[in-house]
Amino acid sequence: MQKLVLTEEQQMLKDAARGLFSEQAPVSQLRKLRDEKDPLGYVPEFWNQAVELGLAGTLIPESHGGSEFGHVGMGQVMEEGGRTLAASPLFASGILGACALMLAGNDSQKETLKEIAAGSHLMALAIDETGRHQPLRVTTRAEAQGDGFVLNGSKTFVVDGHIANTLIVSARTSGGERDEQGITLFLVDPEAEGVSVERTIFPDGRNYAKVQLQNVAVGADAVLGEKDQGAQPLQKLLDIGNAHLAAELLGLSSDAFDRTVAYMKERKQFGVYISSFQALQHRAAHMWSELEQVKSMVLKAFMALDANDEQASLLASAAKAKASQVAELVTNEGVQLHGGMGMTDEYDIGLYMKRARPVQLLLGDFRYHADRVASLKGF
Amino acid sequence: MTDLDTFRQETRAWLEENCPQSMRSPFKSDKDACWGGRKFQFQSEDQRLWLERMADKGWTAPEWPTEYGGGGLSREQHKVLLEEMARIKARPPLNSFGIWMIGPAILKFGSEALKQQHLPPIVRGEIRWCQGYSEPGAGSDLAGLQTRAEDKGDHFIVNGQKIWTSYADKADWMFALVRTNPDVKKQEGISLVLFDMETPGVSTRPIKLISGESPFCETFLDDVRVEKDQVVGEIDKGWTIAKYLLTHERSMIGGFGSTAAGQKTLSELAVGAVGLEDGKLADPLLRADIASWAIDSIGYELTAERAKDEAKSGQGVGNVSAMLKLAGTELNKRRYELLVAAFGSEGLLWEGDDRPAGALPQQWLRTKGNSIEGGTSEVQLNIIAKNILGLG
Repeated sequence: MQKLVLTEEQQMLKDAARGLFSEQAPVSQLRKLRDEKDPLGYVPEFWNQAVELGLAGTLIPESHGGSEFGHVGMGQVMEEGGRTLAASPLFASGILGACALMLAGNDSQKETLKEIAAGSHLMALAIDETGRHQPLRVTTRAEAQGDGFVLNGSKTFVVDGHIANTLIVSARTSGGERDEQGITLFLVDPEAEGVSVERTIFPDGRNYAKVQLQNVAVGADAVLGEKDQGAQPLQKLLDIGNAHLAAELLGLSSDAFDRTVAYMKERKQFGVYISSFQALQHRAAHMWSELEQVKSMVLKAFMALDANDEQASLLASAAKAKASQVAELVTNEGVQLHGGMGMTDEYDIGLYMKRARPVQLLLGDFRYHADRVASLKGF
Repeated sequence: MTDLDTFRQETRAWLEENCPQSMRSPFKSDKDACWGGRKFQFQSEDQRLWLERMADKGWTAPEWPTEYGGGGLSREQHKVLLEEMARIKARPPLNSFGIWMIGPAILKFGSEALKQQHLPPIVRGEIRWCQGYSEPGAGSDLAGLQTRAEDKGDHFIVNGQKIWTSYADKADWMFALVRTNPDVKKQEGISLVLFDMETPGVSTRPIKLISGESPFCETFLDDVRVEKDQVVGEIDKGWTIAKYLLTHERSMIGGFGSTAAGQKTLSELAVGAVGLEDGKLADPLLRADIASWAIDSIGYELTAERAKDEAKSGQGVGNVSAMLKLAGTELNKRRYELLVAAFGSEGLLWEGDDRPAGALPQQWLRTKGNSIEGGTSEVQLNIIAKNILGLG
């Protein structure tokens, strides 16, 4: 069995990513993007540096311009990005977009992978229609017209939707509202007639959009994968996405935790450091213990994805569930243990809480994945 | 074929030939385990034979050196052995505090004479050991122990009382922490000594627990003579060994959080008790609680695996055993609370041979001790806070 430790190369990638994020995308960068209501929502110079380092192509085969370094490798990048709350199109494009094309794309659709690896083509996944994640509940309709289809419906919580060059849209080509059968994935140009994309503002200052589709005509070549059979690759894609979001949550929770412990060691009350109070020590020790569990689960989920292990879905859901639960614990405790300072905008700890919640909800929160774990385990 | 493959083939063939059929099923209760020792009554000829055959190969202590009766296996071979045993659901041939605790300490810290004297009988299951650590006044503050060992030249005279001694009434020898120097810092005057439970002055009294069972005893030591050559390591330097042993003990007790091979999982038992509706456990809130437990259980198993892998690769932080002990025991307590909930009133039937959940009430109550024995959860949190996080 593969050992639950990083290889030397994976560790090197992690170190390189940490260097890049801490120097080129520190928390102050996100703060600035938020304060200036930056229309792009990321810093292109930073994105270029990440691309130069090869990060956008980490999962993409060498034949298509990537480094094919695997999910464990990309996961280290996501974790390190989580530590500084770095804003970039890496998740939407380099992970969801790239993997969607790799899982379901035909040869000509896969040509786009080169541009994704080069950072010049951005993708976004538009699947959610309700506030809570229900990927199989699809009411957006795609009706056959001539050789192609006409799409009608609306999507929400689309990460990087307003900067994407291509949207991946789930739509119903047959079946009832919640049927697994009858979902088809489409590649949609956001510039096409009938598509409107509205950026929505969230507490984390990052990019999400609502997408409206009104009589949007697409050709047969817009179908990604097989008609009516989109649920299967979509589910696989969601496993991948969730494992990487779990890694981001691990990174942000770890950093929020480190900041909290550091604060406990510098804040004095009653003439002593608050780190000397056992009531607080135990809460910190509990958080550390929980973070260790998340670390193991995230790593194992990535290894299972890389090995195409049949347990990958279970492990990805378990990892996302636990990472969400622990992120909620650590960010809440982080603010509480910072006392009044934790409530100020000046301190960064609040930013970690505000980033954690949308990531927890994205592609399913603790409850969604706990339900899935139960179903996968047969109860 | 690699050497390991050959080893697997040979092991499989040997087990096939030598493991009695009746030893190829999981324990029905704790009473099925073989503990060995002078007083042990084998439940069957198969149980005796299985111990004898495994002990002959040294496979009761697979990684110990062959010169002391062990199996001399590498870690990888040991793993193969366990996998092959699990394949045919072979029971462990011997449960032993000798193998789990004092044996490794003697191997690491003991004199050659002590190794020769004590290790082979441990491997063969001939001598059963108990641990004399806690005292009425020294629980979480173990280093505050008061049992005195007076220097009488070639031997000590020991006086004091131990408590929570697992199976002291069934054990042949005790390894005990005693104070050999009362005039120095409390951690620096402690020695680890070995003595026969039949030595004059040693007496035991079982303690009845909330489960109604008595796995623990009080042990009274009145003018007990202990030879100086039965000190493990150096005199007054026993605390280091004690900490090493506590780490072992923590890993062992933390391991109770795992579901053993062949044992039914919590969710399987719950499905059996509550039933499914549309493929889901018929009680939605219980299902949610069990799902949450199942997720934490995966986390615990993987963290234990990662800790081992990191230790092998020389990575990771020390003191992870404190975290695993904390997580594993809290998980086990939750498991039993959920089992009681899943079986409902049927799960609380205290007596009877045909109870649907068997001895669940007794097992449920026994788990409450998991987060106390071997260092309370609160002590584990202290260790993490101080040693890993540097909080003080």
